Amino acid sequence: MIHDKKAHKYGMVIDLDKCTGCGTCAVSCMSENNVPFKEDESDKKDSITWMRVYRLTNNKPFPDTEVAFLPRPCQHCGGKGDHGHSPCVSVCPATATDYGYDTGIVSQIYTRCFGCRYCMAACPYHARYFNWWDPVWPEGMEKYLSPNVSPRMRGVVEKCSFCYHRYQLAREKAYASGSDEIPEADYQTACTTACPAGAIVFGDLNNPSHKVHQIVKPDPHPDPLNPDVVGKSRNPKVFRLLERLGTNPKVYYMSEREWVRKLGDHYLDGEWDKVKNVYGSASHE
Amino acid sequence: MKVDRRSFLGLGIGAVAGIAISPVGAKLTDDFSIWTQNWPWTPVPPDGEVSYDRTVCHLCPGACGISVRKIDGRPVKIEGLDPYPVNNGGVCLHGIAGLQYLYDPSRVKSPMKKVNNRFVPISWDEALTMVADRLGELRNDQKPDTLACITGSDQGSVPGLFKHFMAAFGSPNYLTMPDLESWLVRTAKTLHGDAYTLGFDIDHSDFILSFGAGLIDGWGSPVACIQTMGNRRQRQATLVQIEPRLSNTAASANQWIPINPGTEADLAMGMCAVLLKENLFDPVFAQGFKGGFMRFTAMVQKEYPLDKVAGVTGISAADIQKTAVAFAKAKMPVALPGKGRGEGAQNLKEFAAVHTLNCLSGNVNKQGGTFVKPLPKYLNFPDPVQDAVALKGAAAAPLAGSVQELVTRIDKSGESPVKALLVYNANPCFALNDPSRIRAAFEKIPFKVCVTSFMDETAMVSDVILPVSTFLERMEDVPSKAGLAATVVGLSKPMIKPVFNTRSPGDVVIGMARALGGDMAKNFAWDSYDACLEQVTARIWGPLVRKGHVVLSENLPAGSVETDFEFLAQNPETVKPAGDLEFTLIPIDYFRVPPTVPAPSPFAIKTVSDRILKGTDMFVEINPQSAKNLKDGGFATLTTPAGSVPVRVHFNDGIMPGVIGMVKGLGHTLDNKYVSGKGVNINALISPKIEPDSGMDAAFGIKAGISKA
Repeated sequence: MIHDKKAHKYGMVIDLDKCTGCGTCAVSCMSENNVPFKEDESDKKDSITWMRVYRLTNNKPFPDTEVAFLPRPCQHCGGKGDHGHSPCVSVCPATATDYGYDTGIVSQIYTRCFGCRYCMAACPYHARYFNWWDPVWPEGMEKYLSPNVSPRMRGVVEKCSFCYHRYQLAREKAYASGSDEIPEADYQTACTTACPAGAIVFGDLNNPSHKVHQIVKPDPHPDPLNPDVVGKSRNPKVFRLLERLGTNPKVYYMSEREWVRKLGDHYLDGEWDKVKNVYGSASHE
Repeated sequence: MKVDRRSFLGLGIGAVAGIAISPVGAKLTDDFSIWTQNWPWTPVPPDGEVSYDRTVCHLCPGACGISVRKIDGRPVKIEGLDPYPVNNGGVCLHGIAGLQYLYDPSRVKSPMKKVNNRFVPISWDEALTMVADRLGELRNDQKPDTLACITGSDQGSVPGLFKHFMAAFGSPNYLTMPDLESWLVRTAKTLHGDAYTLGFDIDHSDFILSFGAGLIDGWGSPVACIQTMGNRRQRQATLVQIEPRLSNTAASANQWIPINPGTEADLAMGMCAVLLKENLFDPVFAQGFKGGFMRFTAMVQKEYPLDKVAGVTGISAADIQKTAVAFAKAKMPVALPGKGRGEGAQNLKEFAAVHTLNCLSGNVNKQGGTFVKPLPKYLNFPDPVQDAVALKGAAAAPLAGSVQELVTRIDKSGESPVKALLVYNANPCFALNDPSRIRAAFEKIPFKVCVTSFMDETAMVSDVILPVSTFLERMEDVPSKAGLAATVVGLSKPMIKPVFNTRSPGDVVIGMARALGGDMAKNFAWDSYDACLEQVTARIWGPLVRKGHVVLSENLPAGSVETDFEFLAQNPETVKPAGDLEFTLIPIDYFRVPPTVPAPSPFAIKTVSDRILKGTDMFVEINPQSAKNLKDGGFATLTTPAGSVPVRVHFNDGIMPGVIGMVKGLGHTLDNKYVSGKGVNINALISPKIEPDSGMDAAFGIKAGISKA
């Protein structure tokens, strides 16, 4: 539990009604974080994409078909009751992944990881990727690699870090200017700044002046029906993926469309109608 | 030793404490990580001072401002530039992947000539002399008009230099590849006269009637359009998307109206008939209607009654009526032509009919409407000094009005009427319909020079390749094009010294002219391209350098516009897909794959869905209702009158029954294993169909059959 009132809780809101599925967030992430590529990337099970864009449909026949896109970074789970015991953190035998209580960011320390992949099995969001091969860049192309993010080696697990290096830079800048507060604009992830549709908003969920807080309106109290769920959105259009698990992701999604919100979890027949006013999002239709 | 309970417990506690404080566990995990991370090569990107530099992207007609992050002068990341009047901080995946183009394995690293069907590197002097010798022969033979030139676009100073070169050389055969801008200019010319283009103020419009324009699939200036679509709902602007497939644009629209492929022109004419019949057109703007308005009115009433249009388009008469009336009654409506990205095969009848809706609505040269604006004129090239040979050659009749027409000419003649060909920033041997026919025609041309950065399909059939620097390595003016309300000229600057032995394309043209000597050299007396750029953009050079961009037409276009209905009043024929097979094959403009130049980056290919490309297999989309014995994910054979290819099937409820969709831009054969040999080039399955009125290829789709493999 975060007791320090100054602690940040960085999170993201992705507006699925604005997302065009263009893939810019994914490429911006790859380019920012030295993500490698292979000759054949069509086997998506071993394609490393910290930010992956999924295509959702309402499964209705022509012409009532609808399509939406869902970008999925690491969800940076707060774990049950938001205590920091995220699914991946709890199972790592090497402490290679850890929960930052001051930022809410789930880290991954590549040099500690020995590739057991328990974290991948534990992650309900498939947000972690194993490096099966040595990354190889075509001759000369390694010149564009950024020194701010270590290139990963074969045999380790990697994932989205909410561009943690950008947090470090923003923190240093704040220290240097004698302030202990990081302005909202100073720490933004690469996908947020790149999104041409403006669908991604990033900031401190604990800071009422930040846009994410204003959109999500996180409930400070645990869900009365499920005390593991903390920080549920009070905005009926906002939901989290598999929220009932109590992993408490810090990535929130937003949509006007009920079928999109419904896809946030695996509801059994008839279950959605019972839970829609309690979990995730209320019906607007 | 007596083991009593106390000593037993003590031993246990001791063992637990021993294990807990023993370094063995930590040592083992450390060793594990070292053993598992044995890596032959660890890149450690050098650190250094961080700086940001601004420039303009010219990978596509979008012309976005970008910011390049550098470490000790080494570019490491591209981001959108904020503020910039085109993209306001936004950027697309292709721009971000710009650094991959810089180090692309298929870059041409030095000038090359073809010897025994293989390319060998040569020096710049040798290359330019070789080109000058061969071109000089044409002038010596008094046949300068047998030189043809194909460029990707005709705007900006570099295409300007190519045009200047052709004029001084004495050839009227300067052609550009079809792009959205060229179609808009053609439409404006047909309805409003020469030297106009169309811009669309989508930003402020409250009712966007899109005839398949892929507003978030790459139409126009892609980032600007996506941003507009991003804030559309807040502005409560309605988007009605008319196309056969639920594209991403259709998926985000208020209403998707599926239409039989290729009947968009008929629908637009039908809607014009509704507006005219119900007197829903703007009487003030109608005062500028000239030539054939009455005949047009009579013709559409007779030829495009609602029932007939409903039958042709597959849209109910009620829907057509309702949509047309909603469009006319909107405060600031705009109708957009140009299916998909609006490039490639389109047709003038459709563009003209859709723009006529704008004219009837009267929302022309008004906020939130359509701008009929003069073509941007900020370049002042000196008049070419033409010698007797050049004067004679330039006066000859042009061989063709489009690249496809030129190819047909070459195809039909025994000996090619084109003796030498210059290609710059264009890849006709991949991007146009029936590329094998284009390659065959090019083979008949005795001498081909390709001015390019990449060893693409057209470069591979050339005799000499003159490699040019990419947009990150050179200075150039970049005018925004294609449908934006304002015209912005940006200045791209070198972010890094050329990585290979390349030159800026402007310097290549000047170099060729100098090597030719005589009057050609006199026409290109600039020291370098940079000096030329400064001279020809003199009017705006100061602010261009100071601010990095100049907005040419910020305000609404002034003056009245006349509209000529002659072309449509004749009711030109609608181009139908060729063949009589059961299905219609249509290209899908997929934002993550550029359709023409350059080929996609490895990052872009990485984002391509595994329902489009799996290994090297290409998927086609088909509605499960019309799939018969095909299986989702199964193999099939796709056949069109132009050819037959193996494909895999993707069931998509969001495509009309009877239509097959295939993504455009895959199937490259260039030397880049991350990008090439993946999927099928749809252009190879479509044979061109020349529209008589425009002389352009209008074969948007083709009839096709599909059977289980």
